[in-house]
Amino acid sequence: MLFESLVVSAALFAVGVAGVLLRRNAIVMFMCIELMLNAVNLSFVAISRYAGIEGQLFVIFVMTVAAAEAAVGLAIIISIFRHYESVDVRNFRLLRW
Amino acid sequence: MVGAGLIDLVLAPAQEAAGVQAHAFVPFLPSWMILLPFLGFVINGALGYLAPDRRRLVSVVGPGVLGLAFLIAAVNFVLIARVHDAEPVIRSYWTWIEVGQLRVDAALQIDQLAMAMALVVTCVSFIIHVYSIGYMGEDRGYARYFAYLNLFVFFMLVLVLGASFPLMFVGWEGVGLCSYLLIGFWFKQSAKADAGQKAFIVNRIGDFGFLIAMFLMFAYLGTLDFQGVFETAPGALEYGGAAVTLITLFLFLGCTGKSAQIPLYVWLPDAMHGPTPVSALIHAATMVTAGVYLVARAGVLFALAPLSMNVVATVGGVTALFAATIAVQQFDIKRVIAYSTISQLGYMFLAVGVGAYTAGIFHLGTHAFFKALLFLASGAVIHSMHHALEHAGEPAGEDVTQDLRNMGGLKAYMPGTFRTAWVGALALAGVFPLAGFFSKDEIIWSAGARGQTVLWVVAIITALLTAGYITRWLVMAFHGVNRTGDKARKYVHEAGAVMVGALVVLAVGSAVTGWVNIPEALPLLPEFSWLHQFLHPSFEAAEHIIVEHLGEPAHASPIGGGEGLWSVLATAAAVAVIVVVFQALKGKKYLPARESKEPAGVWGLLYHKYYVDELYDLVVVRPFKNLCVFSWRVIDQGLIDGVMVNGVAYTTRFGGWVVSRFQTGYLGTYVLIIVLGVLIILGAVAL
Amino acid sequence: MDISQLVFYLFAGVAVASGVLMITRKNPVYSAMYLVLTLFSVAAIYVLLDAHFLAALQIVIYAGAILVLFLFVIMLLNLGHDFVPDLRGKFWWFVGIGLGLVLFAELFVLARNAPEASGPDVLAPLLRSQGAVGAVAEPLFENYVVAVEVTGVLLLVAMVGAVVIAKRKV
Repeated sequence: MLFESLVVSAALFAVGVAGVLLRRNAIVMFMCIELMLNAVNLSFVAISRYAGIEGQLFVIFVMTVAAAEAAVGLAIIISIFRHYESVDVRNFRLLRW
Repeated sequence: MVGAGLIDLVLAPAQEAAGVQAHAFVPFLPSWMILLPFLGFVINGALGYLAPDRRRLVSVVGPGVLGLAFLIAAVNFVLIARVHDAEPVIRSYWTWIEVGQLRVDAALQIDQLAMAMALVVTCVSFIIHVYSIGYMGEDRGYARYFAYLNLFVFFMLVLVLGASFPLMFVGWEGVGLCSYLLIGFWFKQSAKADAGQKAFIVNRIGDFGFLIAMFLMFAYLGTLDFQGVFETAPGALEYGGAAVTLITLFLFLGCTGKSAQIPLYVWLPDAMHGPTPVSALIHAATMVTAGVYLVARAGVLFALAPLSMNVVATVGGVTALFAATIAVQQFDIKRVIAYSTISQLGYMFLAVGVGAYTAGIFHLGTHAFFKALLFLASGAVIHSMHHALEHAGEPAGEDVTQDLRNMGGLKAYMPGTFRTAWVGALALAGVFPLAGFFSKDEIIWSAGARGQTVLWVVAIITALLTAGYITRWLVMAFHGVNRTGDKARKYVHEAGAVMVGALVVLAVGSAVTGWVNIPEALPLLPEFSWLHQFLHPSFEAAEHIIVEHLGEPAHASPIGGGEGLWSVLATAAAVAVIVVVFQALKGKKYLPARESKEPAGVWGLLYHKYYVDELYDLVVVRPFKNLCVFSWRVIDQGLIDGVMVNGVAYTTRFGGWVVSRFQTGYLGTYVLIIVLGVLIILGAVAL
Repeated sequence: MDISQLVFYLFAGVAVASGVLMITRKNPVYSAMYLVLTLFSVAAIYVLLDAHFLAALQIVIYAGAILVLFLFVIMLLNLGHDFVPDLRGKFWWFVGIGLGLVLFAELFVLARNAPEASGPDVLAPLLRSQGAVGAVAEPLFENYVVAVEVTGVLLLVAMVGAVVIAKRKV
């Protein structure tokens, strides 16, 4: 089931990318990123079956980092919301020239 | 010399007890000779900043260090003089430059030539320092003045005593700096500051020649030490070859700048804007003779390049005549002497150019005394005129106080100055038995004996002109009716005791210094040609080369007659010219400067110094100025600033602007670009 | 086709479908719920792939902790009720779908070009001898113990950072 798992993983990743491109809500974009991380995790797990247990260990680390990222990212979003009264990424354009 | 013999007697037992061998001598504190003036500079410089009013301390320190340095120099001179054919002593203190093949030590070379120069320098410097106490006593920059003067002597001694060309160059540049500082000493008057700059810039051209010569020397000989260069040069460089000719010509370019020879002499007359003691010390007695010293020091190199020798002699001869003619029609009391200095320097170069190194150095020494004397006498007159006019409430600018037409009849008011000035003038004119007679006569004789007939004639004519213009100078300043004006006249007074004392000392020097080298043709003292024998070790190698290639000098002048006959003739002619000019001008009525007209015709040409300054302005200064403006406007502002510097900036800014268009600040754009990039990379991997 | 493959396809379909639904729902709360569904499906696939411990972690951490955090934030900011529709316009639909498809195609090609699983299944004997947790735990706390510690520190930093950032009065 390796190939099939990889295809599912690719599909989920593509969906996540499309989601990031389609949405303007920062929280939803965040969720899309979580989806992409899961897609990668899935391919790790699929390969670990033939490449060794390390694949699953990596998934654990990815999950930890994703948890940390979610915590910090959501804190930032709250902070931004307080400032702009919005989570629409069109409002965050301090990086403009 | 008698004096040397006396000290000889006193010191001899001690030296023998110390086991000193023949041909070797132990110099006495040589570094202190240099360090003392530097110490004076530091102290006076500090006083100038911290306590400008401590004049008494400055008056003690400034001349004091010079007095001590003079004593050390005298002791060393005696030490070296009593050793027959003493070998040069090199005292190396530390390694100054060591780069690849090049190694230059901070070393002093104490030999006969250096000590003769050092003695003259310290002696004249000391006297002029003392004189300055009186002359500059009321100036606000008193301490600063003495600091500069001390610094000058320091650099001059480095120049003279340094054991290598780079070290000599340090002194060379240093005296140039001090000259600049002292010419522009009263820098608040723009003419004086400009004169300082002119001197500095013109000297720079000469220094360029010196540098090139050093580079060439290093390229061909691999060393810059005097001893190394002069030992390897005869073997390494072909006689009369292009290399040695180029080296010596470039060296001589340096000399024309520093020693005010054609074509770079124009700065010296303007240098008279400095205080008069400075003119006496730097622009007559010491610094300007550095070029002569350089040629004499590098005698071996010049001896190897007959073409360069001829150039040196010709330039010297032409300069001597040229400057002497200008001096005939100048009205500024200092300018006459200044052109006289250029002329006498020309004599010295004529001497070293025909291979008569001793004669050149001899004239350098005697000239230092009588020219310093003449300058200081002028200084006393100017000082007095300035006071008188100021007391009378009349304009006392430089152009008034220094104009001979405003003087006349000063002998009644300034008897001391008047008498010493006469001694100096007679010495300059070469009247027996004063110093100038012996030294000038030897130069003229050497030129003739070396077969330079034209230069010999030029030298004789110049000698007559010299007697003429200096008599005119004397008559206009001291004889005849006074033209200072009725109000100012009663304030004209003799200079102070310190100044007159210095004049008297110099007058004695002008009278007796010639006796150190009495020619064989005139056996007046038992030790004739003493200076010749003394300097023999320094010039032996060079003279050997000259004799080898050109033969011995003749024993008769180009048109017959021996040295004795010609020296009698020369002094007789000089006296005749003096008498004639004196009688002719004594009764002549001069008008005060503001009432007289500019001379016309040939006199006008001389009065305007052959329009050389104007010519240089037209040919060199203005085109150069235009070039500078061009470089500034077009090359610097247009090309470098505009195209290169700002162009790069504009290009960068434009590029930044283009790239910044992608920085929309919208997350969507960034994501889109990232995704596109990932797709491209993935596509490249996958397909 | 045995039963496990059938189950795999089922959950794979659910995962992708709910993912698509997630990105197309206007209400963020719905999106979050569909994400939970996706994560559950992925957890199920983990089980099928013999990663039982990871499946448990997936449910506990993702579905349990992270998604709850998301929902908390959504509710805290009151985005569930008077939300502004945040889907972009037509151009972005084209771009999003187009690029998504291109990406999927490229990944598909890559997956197909990947070397076919060679050799035996290395995981099965390991799981048999040490059990699901032991198989993961032993290398984790022996070979990767430093990484585990560092990750722990990272979590601590993230926690402190989150508190500081969220509490700051802007």
